[in-house]
Amino acid sequence: MIKMKDLTDKEYLYGHKACPGCGMGIVGRLATKVLGEKTIIALPASCMSTVTTQYPQMNYSVPSMTMAFPGTGAVLSGMSAGLKSLGVKDVNVIGFAGDGGTADIGIQALSGAVERGDDFIYVCYDNEAYMNTGIQRSGMTPYGATTTTTPSGTASIGEKHFKKNMFEIMIAHRIPYAATACSSYTTDFMNKIEKAKNIKGPAYIHVMAPCPTGWGFPSELTVEIGKMIVECGLWYLAEYENGKVKMNLVPKTLKPVKDYLMAQKRFKHLKDEDIKAIEEHRDSEWELIRENWMK
Amino acid sequence: MSKPQIVKYKMPESQKDMPLGPSSEAGVIIEPNAGWRVMKPIIDNSKCVMCLKCWILCPDGVIDREKGTLEIDYNFCKGCGICSYECPQKAITMVKEGKQYD
Ligand SMILES: Cc1ncc(C[n+]2csc(CCOP(=O)(O)OP(=O)(O)O)c2C)c(N)n1
Ligand code: SF4
Ligand SMILES: [Mg+2]
Repeated sequence: MIKMKDLTDKEYLYGHKACPGCGMGIVGRLATKVLGEKTIIALPASCMSTVTTQYPQMNYSVPSMTMAFPGTGAVLSGMSAGLKSLGVKDVNVIGFAGDGGTADIGIQALSGAVERGDDFIYVCYDNEAYMNTGIQRSGMTPYGATTTTTPSGTASIGEKHFKKNMFEIMIAHRIPYAATACSSYTTDFMNKIEKAKNIKGPAYIHVMAPCPTGWGFPSELTVEIGKMIVECGLWYLAEYENGKVKMNLVPKTLKPVKDYLMAQKRFKHLKDEDIKAIEEHRDSEWELIRENWMK
Repeated sequence: MSKPQIVKYKMPESQKDMPLGPSSEAGVIIEPNAGWRVMKPIIDNSKCVMCLKCWILCPDGVIDREKGTLEIDYNFCKGCGICSYECPQKAITMVKEGKQYD
């Protein structure tokens, strides 16, 4: 278990160019704090690589490699195979990929790497769209959200599909460790990184990372928005280990989704019936959660 | 404050100075982010109880706790306001940049 006082004062991610209040900044900073100096990082094209590798700046003070958009899984495999062939045992291999780089274009490489059972940590920070290229929808963009490729208007509600469930896709691989997390729940997230570090084989952590720029909320609300999404049940904190799912936080009653949605520009156009549809979908998802994982 | 520091970096002047391939040393910071800031967080240490909520939540890691009281690295604070919003003691106030304060 991570204790605040035992955390290092060293910053392994510093001076980066992420927007003020970026949830992804919390993710990168705390993950590397837990993993420490003996870490190498894979970064596909995404906000994370864009804001940490603006030549000649390199804001991770541990080695990082930027690669093609779909390649995170493949590069993690390569890094872990390279270390193995050199006989290096005490170095952590971690990748930070966006939701697009994970659920869309990178899903094949990730699936292959997990299937091979290579030793790495894959962190998908989920800002629910292609952010660094200007807010295009991804397979993780939630129903009703306006993006530049799913603009809302008289003929469209915005994004038409509900979010893909990467956590369950990873469970279907029978991966040694998978978890969901949220940048607002820092202790929970850091404990999951610590667990992933000690797992032999692949570990996958899907962390919700609110994005003030793409979601449309003031930068000081990043942590608050992250709490709201968990409290209203549109996101949940869980982990999968030894064939079982454990829910880490189950709100007694789920708060109305309306407050969460209306706090963000991307959902401002939604009407009461749209909000009702989102709430119904949430309820059906929670029914499955209770049915499958909480009995 | 033991936060990473800005290093003096000599930009390549000719092709000979360019690194081999698109690579650079890890941990190279050549400029501050202070110019992004519109609002500036000011910590009132007499109200702070060192719960470290702001320290852990800062996306840029600019809050320093090493002296036993909190200090902000204004070279890299972007003024997002998370620290001020999240502080349970209301010990951090956001003030507009560009004026003089004592
Ligand atoms: C094959 C390919 N197509 C498109 C791009 C352009 N591109 C770079 S990053 C990106 C979106 C990244 O989205 P996501 O993975 O969600 O990360 P985020 O920017 O949101 O952090 C795109 C489309 C690319 N680099 N390579
Ligand atoms: S666009 Fe969003 S995810 Fe990307 S750096 Fe800005 S706040 Fe962070
Ligand atoms: Mg994204």
